[in-house]
Amino acid sequence: MTQDTFKLGDREFRSRLLVGTGKYASLEETREAILASGAEIVTVAVRRVSLSGEDSILKAIPEGVSLLPNTAGCYTADEAIRTARLAREAGMTEFVKLEVIGDKKTLFPDIPATIEAAKQLVDEGFTVLPYVTDDPVTALRLQDIGCAAVMPLAAPIGSGLGIKNPYNLRIIIEQARVPIIVDAGVGTASDAAIAMELGCDAVLMNTGIAAAKKPILMAEAMREGITAGRKAYLSGRMGKKLYATASSPLDGLID
Amino acid sequence: MMNLIINGEELQVADVLSVSELLEHLKLDGKRVAVEVNLEIVRREARSSFALHENDKIEIVSFIGGG
Repeated sequence: MTQDTFKLGDREFRSRLLVGTGKYASLEETREAILASGAEIVTVAVRRVSLSGEDSILKAIPEGVSLLPNTAGCYTADEAIRTARLAREAGMTEFVKLEVIGDKKTLFPDIPATIEAAKQLVDEGFTVLPYVTDDPVTALRLQDIGCAAVMPLAAPIGSGLGIKNPYNLRIIIEQARVPIIVDAGVGTASDAAIAMELGCDAVLMNTGIAAAKKPILMAEAMREGITAGRKAYLSGRMGKKLYATASSPLDGLID
Repeated sequence: MMNLIINGEELQVADVLSVSELLEHLKLDGKRVAVEVNLEIVRREARSSFALHENDKIEIVSFIGGG
Protein backbone atom coordinates (compact mmCIF):
# COMPACT_ATOMS: atom_id res chain seq x y z
CA MET A 1 0.00 0.00 0.00
CA THR A 2 1.35 3.42 -0.86
CA GLN A 3 1.17 5.91 1.99
CA ASP A 4 -2.20 5.17 3.54
CA THR A 5 -2.47 8.17 5.85
CA PHE A 6 -5.14 10.11 7.69
CA LYS A 7 -5.25 13.76 8.69
CA LEU A 8 -5.95 15.46 12.01
CA GLY A 9 -6.04 19.23 11.66
CA ASP A 10 -3.17 20.01 9.32
CA ARG A 11 -1.06 17.03 10.31
CA GLU A 12 -0.83 13.68 8.62
CA PHE A 13 -0.34 10.35 10.38
CA ARG A 14 0.52 6.87 9.17
CA SER A 15 -0.19 4.87 12.32
CA ARG A 16 -3.90 4.34 12.93
CA LEU A 17 -3.36 3.28 16.51
CA LEU A 18 -3.38 5.97 19.20
CA VAL A 19 -2.42 4.84 22.70
CA GLY A 20 -2.85 6.11 26.23
CA THR A 21 -0.09 6.27 28.84
CA GLY A 22 -2.06 5.41 32.00
CA LYS A 23 -2.02 2.29 34.20
CA TYR A 24 1.43 0.94 33.29
CA ALA A 25 3.71 -0.59 35.91
CA SER A 26 6.58 1.80 35.14
CA LEU A 27 7.73 4.55 32.82
CA GLU A 28 9.94 2.01 31.08
CA GLU A 29 7.02 -0.29 30.40
CA THR A 30 5.01 2.69 29.10
CA ARG A 31 7.80 3.54 26.70
CA GLU A 32 8.26 -0.04 25.48
CA ALA A 33 4.52 -0.39 24.90
CA ILE A 34 4.36 2.85 22.91
CA LEU A 35 7.27 1.69 20.75
CA ALA A 36 5.71 -1.76 20.21
CA SER A 37 2.37 -0.20 19.26
CA GLY A 38 3.94 1.98 16.59
CA ALA A 39 1.68 4.82 17.72
CA GLU A 40 2.51 8.32 16.49
CA ILE A 41 0.06 9.96 18.92
CA VAL A 42 -0.18 9.31 22.66
CA THR A 43 -2.61 10.71 25.19
CA VAL A 44 -1.58 12.23 28.51
CA ALA A 45 -3.57 13.75 31.37
CA VAL A 46 -3.13 17.20 32.92
CA ARG A 47 -2.51 17.31 36.68
CA ARG A 48 -0.92 19.49 39.36
CA VAL A 49 2.84 18.95 39.53
CA SER A 50 4.15 17.38 42.69
CA LEU A 51 6.35 19.92 44.43
CA SER A 52 8.53 17.07 45.74
CA GLY A 53 9.61 16.36 42.17
CA GLU A 54 8.85 12.99 40.62
CA ASP A 55 9.68 11.58 37.20
CA SER A 56 7.62 13.04 34.38
CA ILE A 57 5.56 10.87 32.03
CA LEU A 58 7.20 12.86 29.22
CA LYS A 59 10.38 10.84 29.81
CA ALA A 60 8.48 7.75 28.64
CA ILE A 61 7.42 9.26 25.33
CA PRO A 62 9.73 8.43 22.43
CA GLU A 63 11.12 11.18 20.22
CA GLY A 64 8.85 12.19 17.36
CA VAL A 65 5.64 10.94 19.00
CA SER A 66 2.93 13.64 19.26
CA LEU A 67 1.23 14.49 22.53
CA LEU A 68 -2.55 14.47 22.76
CA PRO A 69 -3.45 15.97 26.15
CA ASN A 70 -6.87 14.96 27.46
CA THR A 71 -9.37 16.67 29.73
CA ALA A 72 -10.06 13.47 31.68
CA GLY A 73 -11.65 14.00 35.06
CA CYS A 74 -13.56 17.11 33.95
CA TYR A 75 -17.31 17.16 34.63
CA THR A 76 -18.22 20.57 33.24
CA ALA A 77 -17.53 22.48 30.02
CA ASP A 78 -15.72 25.19 32.00
CA GLU A 79 -13.38 22.71 33.70
CA ALA A 80 -12.61 21.06 30.36
CA ILE A 81 -11.92 24.42 28.66
CA ARG A 82 -9.64 25.50 31.50
CA THR A 83 -7.78 22.16 31.39
CA ALA A 84 -7.39 22.36 27.59
CA ARG A 85 -5.89 25.85 27.85
CA LEU A 86 -3.42 24.67 30.49
CA ALA A 87 -2.54 21.66 28.34
CA ARG A 88 -1.83 23.89 25.36
CA GLU A 89 0.47 26.05 27.45
CA ALA A 90 2.28 23.08 29.02
CA GLY A 91 2.46 20.85 25.96
CA MET A 92 2.89 23.46 23.26
CA THR A 93 0.30 21.68 21.14
CA GLU A 94 -3.11 22.67 19.81
CA PHE A 95 -4.30 19.06 20.00
CA VAL A 96 -6.79 18.21 22.72
CA LYS A 97 -8.80 15.10 23.46
CA LEU A 98 -11.97 16.66 24.81
CA GLU A 99 -13.60 14.58 27.49
CA VAL A 100 -16.45 15.91 29.63
CA ILE A 101 -17.71 13.12 31.84
CA GLY A 102 -21.38 13.02 32.77
CA ASP A 103 -21.47 10.10 35.17
CA LYS A 104 -18.83 8.66 37.50
CA LYS A 105 -19.95 5.07 37.33
CA THR A 106 -20.20 4.61 33.55
CA LEU A 107 -17.81 7.43 32.54
CA PHE A 108 -20.23 8.19 29.72
CA PRO A 109 -19.78 11.71 28.37
CA ASP A 110 -22.05 14.68 29.07
CA ILE A 111 -23.05 15.44 25.48
CA PRO A 112 -24.44 19.00 25.86
CA ALA A 113 -21.37 20.00 27.88
CA THR A 114 -19.05 18.33 25.35
CA ILE A 115 -20.69 20.27 22.50
CA GLU A 116 -20.48 23.54 24.44
CA ALA A 117 -16.79 23.02 25.25
CA ALA A 118 -16.01 21.89 21.68
CA LYS A 119 -17.49 25.13 20.24
CA GLN A 120 -15.39 27.29 22.53
CA LEU A 121 -12.17 25.34 21.93
CA VAL A 122 -12.61 25.31 18.15
CA ASP A 123 -13.08 29.11 18.34
CA GLU A 124 -9.83 29.36 20.28
CA GLY A 125 -7.94 27.50 17.54
CA PHE A 126 -7.63 24.09 19.16
CA THR A 127 -7.58 20.87 17.14
CA VAL A 128 -10.46 19.27 19.02
CA LEU A 129 -10.92 15.50 19.24
CA PRO A 130 -14.03 14.85 21.33
CA TYR A 131 -14.79 11.57 23.13
CA VAL A 132 -18.51 10.82 22.73
CA THR A 133 -21.09 8.07 22.91
CA ASP A 134 -21.81 6.25 19.63
CA ASP A 135 -24.70 8.54 18.70
CA PRO A 136 -24.78 9.52 15.00
CA VAL A 137 -26.54 12.85 15.62
CA THR A 138 -23.96 13.93 18.19
CA ALA A 139 -21.21 12.97 15.76
CA LEU A 140 -22.79 15.20 13.08
CA ARG A 141 -23.10 18.14 15.48
CA LEU A 142 -19.47 17.86 16.49
CA GLN A 143 -18.18 17.72 12.93
CA ASP A 144 -20.38 20.71 12.01
CA ILE A 145 -18.86 22.70 14.88
CA GLY A 146 -15.42 22.14 13.37
CA CYS A 147 -13.94 19.31 15.42
CA ALA A 148 -10.93 17.71 13.70
CA ALA A 149 -12.27 14.21 14.37
CA VAL A 150 -15.05 12.52 16.30
CA MET A 151 -14.19 9.76 18.77
CA PRO A 152 -17.15 7.52 19.62
CA LEU A 153 -16.74 4.85 22.29
CA ALA A 154 -17.05 1.18 21.35
CA ALA A 155 -17.92 0.27 24.95
CA PRO A 156 -17.39 1.97 28.34
CA ILE A 157 -13.88 3.28 29.15
CA GLY A 158 -11.66 0.54 30.57
CA SER A 159 -14.34 -2.15 30.10
CA GLY A 160 -12.63 -4.18 27.36
CA LEU A 161 -16.06 -5.26 26.11
CA GLY A 162 -15.22 -4.71 22.44
CA ILE A 163 -17.34 -3.25 19.64
CA LYS A 164 -20.87 -3.29 21.10
CA ASN A 165 -22.77 -1.37 18.47
CA PRO A 166 -21.19 -1.83 15.04
CA TYR A 167 -24.36 -0.53 13.33
CA ASN A 168 -24.19 2.89 14.98
CA LEU A 169 -20.49 3.08 14.22
CA ARG A 170 -21.22 2.25 10.57
CA ILE A 171 -23.77 5.08 10.39
CA ILE A 172 -21.35 7.51 12.05
CA ILE A 173 -18.61 6.52 9.60
CA GLU A 174 -20.88 6.80 6.55
CA GLN A 175 -21.93 10.34 7.50
CA ALA A 176 -18.47 11.51 8.45
CA ARG A 177 -16.53 14.28 6.75
CA VAL A 178 -13.83 14.14 9.46
CA PRO A 179 -11.87 11.13 10.72
CA ILE A 180 -13.72 8.78 13.07
CA ILE A 181 -11.57 7.34 15.83
CA VAL A 182 -13.01 4.60 18.03
CA ASP A 183 -12.05 5.59 21.56
CA ALA A 184 -12.56 3.23 24.51
CA GLY A 185 -13.82 -0.30 24.98
CA VAL A 186 -11.33 -2.23 22.85
CA GLY A 187 -10.14 -5.29 24.79
CA THR A 188 -8.10 -7.35 22.37
CA ALA A 189 -6.62 -7.35 18.87
CA SER A 190 -9.74 -8.73 17.15
CA ASP A 191 -11.76 -5.79 18.56
CA ALA A 192 -9.25 -3.40 17.00
CA ALA A 193 -9.49 -5.27 13.69
CA ILE A 194 -13.31 -5.14 13.76
CA ALA A 195 -13.25 -1.38 14.37
CA MET A 196 -10.97 -0.91 11.38
CA GLU A 197 -13.01 -3.28 9.18
CA LEU A 198 -16.04 -1.09 9.87
CA GLY A 199 -14.13 1.75 8.25
CA CYS A 200 -12.94 3.75 11.24
CA ASP A 201 -9.92 5.92 10.53
CA ALA A 202 -8.12 4.97 13.73
CA VAL A 203 -8.53 3.48 17.21
CA LEU A 204 -7.49 4.96 20.55
CA MET A 205 -6.92 2.61 23.46
CA ASN A 206 -5.19 2.45 26.81
CA THR A 207 -6.46 -0.27 29.19
CA GLY A 208 -6.67 -2.86 26.38
CA ILE A 209 -2.88 -2.76 26.25
CA ALA A 210 -1.93 -1.68 29.78
CA ALA A 211 -4.11 -4.24 31.58
CA ALA A 212 -2.92 -7.22 29.51
CA LYS A 213 -0.66 -9.62 31.38
CA LYS A 214 2.07 -8.86 28.84
CA PRO A 215 1.36 -5.26 27.76
CA ILE A 216 4.24 -4.99 25.31
CA LEU A 217 3.20 -8.13 23.45
CA MET A 218 -0.40 -6.89 23.41
CA ALA A 219 0.75 -3.53 22.02
CA GLU A 220 2.30 -5.43 19.13
CA ALA A 221 -0.87 -7.51 18.68
CA MET A 222 -3.00 -4.36 18.60
CA ARG A 223 -0.73 -2.82 15.99
CA GLU A 224 -1.14 -5.92 13.82
CA GLY A 225 -4.90 -6.05 14.45
CA ILE A 226 -5.23 -2.45 13.29
CA THR A 227 -3.17 -3.11 10.16
CA ALA A 228 -5.09 -6.30 9.33
CA GLY A 229 -8.46 -4.61 9.84
CA ARG A 230 -7.47 -1.62 7.73
CA LYS A 231 -6.27 -3.81 4.86
CA ALA A 232 -9.44 -5.90 5.02
CA TYR A 233 -11.55 -2.72 4.90
CA LEU A 234 -9.66 -1.42 1.87
CA SER A 235 -9.95 -4.84 0.17
CA GLY A 236 -13.74 -4.78 0.23
CA ARG A 237 -14.86 -8.02 1.82
CA MET A 238 -16.93 -10.66 0.00
CA GLY A 239 -20.68 -10.69 0.39
CA LYS A 240 -22.20 -13.02 2.98
CA LYS A 241 -24.26 -15.98 1.71
CA LEU A 242 -26.42 -18.45 3.55
CA TYR A 243 -25.46 -21.52 1.47
CA ALA A 244 -22.15 -22.96 0.37
CA THR A 245 -20.43 -22.06 -2.88
CA ALA A 246 -17.74 -24.55 -3.88
CA SER A 247 -14.21 -23.16 -3.99
CA SER A 248 -12.92 -25.93 -6.27
CA PRO A 249 -14.16 -25.99 -9.87
CA LEU A 250 -16.65 -28.76 -10.64
CA ASP A 251 -15.39 -29.24 -14.22
CA GLY A 252 -13.18 -32.29 -14.78
CA LEU A 253 -14.40 -34.30 -11.84
CA ILE A 254 -13.79 -38.06 -12.24
CA ASP A 255 -16.87 -40.20 -12.93
CA MET B 1 8.46 36.81 53.06
CA MET B 2 5.43 36.40 50.86
CA ASN B 3 2.56 33.96 51.27
CA LEU B 4 1.46 32.10 48.12
CA ILE B 5 -1.13 29.38 47.61
CA ILE B 6 0.42 26.88 45.23
CA ASN B 7 -1.62 23.90 44.05
CA GLY B 8 -3.89 24.35 47.04
CA GLU B 9 -1.10 24.55 49.64
CA GLU B 10 0.19 27.63 51.41
CA LEU B 11 3.85 28.37 50.95
CA GLN B 12 6.05 31.12 52.38
CA VAL B 13 8.68 32.29 49.94
CA ALA B 14 11.42 34.88 50.13
CA ASP B 15 12.93 36.80 47.22
CA VAL B 16 10.45 35.48 44.69
CA LEU B 17 9.11 38.28 42.54
CA SER B 18 8.12 36.69 39.26
CA VAL B 19 6.67 33.45 37.95
CA SER B 20 9.98 32.33 36.50
CA GLU B 21 11.71 32.98 39.83
CA LEU B 22 9.04 30.89 41.54
CA LEU B 23 9.63 27.95 39.15
CA GLU B 24 13.36 28.22 39.83
CA HIS B 25 12.74 28.35 43.59
CA LEU B 26 10.60 25.19 43.35
CA LYS B 27 13.25 23.54 41.13
CA LEU B 28 10.66 22.88 38.43
CA ASP B 29 11.57 22.55 34.77
CA GLY B 30 9.58 25.33 33.18
CA LYS B 31 9.58 23.73 29.74
CA ARG B 32 6.63 21.38 30.19
CA VAL B 33 4.52 23.06 32.83
CA ALA B 34 1.69 25.55 32.64
CA VAL B 35 1.24 28.23 35.28
CA GLU B 36 -2.02 29.88 36.19
CA VAL B 37 -2.17 32.83 38.60
CA ASN B 38 -5.60 33.70 39.97
CA LEU B 39 -7.22 31.73 37.12
CA GLU B 40 -5.23 33.52 34.38
CA ILE B 41 -2.64 31.55 32.44
CA VAL B 42 0.76 33.21 32.45
CA ARG B 43 2.23 32.49 29.01
CA ARG B 44 5.82 31.28 29.01
CA GLU B 45 7.09 34.47 27.35
CA ALA B 46 5.51 36.54 30.16
CA ARG B 47 6.81 34.48 33.08
CA SER B 48 9.85 36.62 33.86
CA SER B 49 7.91 39.87 33.84
CA PHE B 50 4.77 38.64 35.62
CA ALA B 51 4.93 39.88 39.21
CA LEU B 52 3.51 37.79 42.06
CA HIS B 53 1.64 39.26 45.00
CA GLU B 54 0.75 38.26 48.55
CA ASN B 55 -1.88 35.46 48.64
CA ASP B 56 -1.87 34.85 44.89
CA LYS B 57 -3.50 31.56 44.01
CA ILE B 58 -1.18 29.66 41.70
CA GLU B 59 -1.70 26.43 39.83
CA ILE B 60 1.28 24.67 38.29
CA VAL B 61 0.35 21.70 36.13
CA SER B 62 2.09 19.20 33.92
CA PHE B 63 1.33 15.83 32.38
CA ILE B 64 0.85 12.39 33.90
CA GLY B 65 -0.06 9.08 32.28
CA GLY B 66 -3.65 8.94 31.04
CA GLY B 67 -5.94 7.56 28.36
